[in-house]
Amino acid sequence: MLMTQFDRLGWDPFAEMRRLREDMNRLFDDVAEVSASRLSPPVNLWIGDNSVVVTAELPGLTPEDVDLTIREDTLTIRGERKPAAEAEQASWHRRERAYGTFSRTISLPYRVDPDHVQARFRNGVLEVEMQRPEADRPRRIAISSQ
Amino acid sequence: MAQEMTTAARRQLAQTGETTRPAAIYRPDIDIFETADHVVLVADMPGVAPQDVDVTLERRVLTIRGRVPEESHEGYRKVYAEYGQGDFERSFTLSEEIDREHIEATHKNGVLTLKMPKAETAKTHKIGVKAA
Repeated sequence: MLMTQFDRLGWDPFAEMRRLREDMNRLFDDVAEVSASRLSPPVNLWIGDNSVVVTAELPGLTPEDVDLTIREDTLTIRGERKPAAEAEQASWHRRERAYGTFSRTISLPYRVDPDHVQARFRNGVLEVEMQRPEADRPRRIAISSQ
Repeated sequence: MAQEMTTAARRQLAQTGETTRPAAIYRPDIDIFETADHVVLVADMPGVAPQDVDVTLERRVLTIRGRVPEESHEGYRKVYAEYGQGDFERSFTLSEEIDREHIEATHKNGVLTLKMPKAETAKTHKIGVKAA
């Protein structure tokens, strides 16, 4: 009875509600994915004798977009990925690349000297080379035989 | 407008035939959007130098490939890895509405951008309505 009335009006509030619920679910799915895996840059860690190298995949970013901070034995990479300028009035077919701000803190195996850090950007891959402070380096102790 | 050939999750190995290089092949993340005159495809290919990008169009199949040089640091060993070492590859089937002679490709900071102009016939025409 009720439904027939809605049919006649050409509008079904239940269909509207179902659609809203689906939209909301989709919205949250996207949010979870972006914050968890897409935006946060993947890193690799390399260890040498007295230095450590961190490489991170940051395609599309320039040195100005990234902010590096070192504190004791942690390295923080912060940055922002801006959307394409033209994308405002465009219609989207696919959107897999994430946009927004990110921050990642990587704990290093030892304390590093903040004065001896080299950071390079090459084709969207950031490379940060850090040295162990002179005072912290392991020293070889000679053993004398009696 | 541009339909993909294969589908798989992110950072998954692309489903292609075997290559002669012993490296993994990854599927780059892409954006596709459409403006009034163009269809733009943007692909993330970190580590790929502009000269190592290969874009081919064979009949209607558009393939983008990017070769990543072997990442090695003299005197270092890798102790932790979140991203794998390998090349990028992904294919799409283009619709007829793209002017295939004038596709523009640029590669900057590890991001490939393909600007594909729409063919004249595919552009939206506004039809004026006259009052009778």
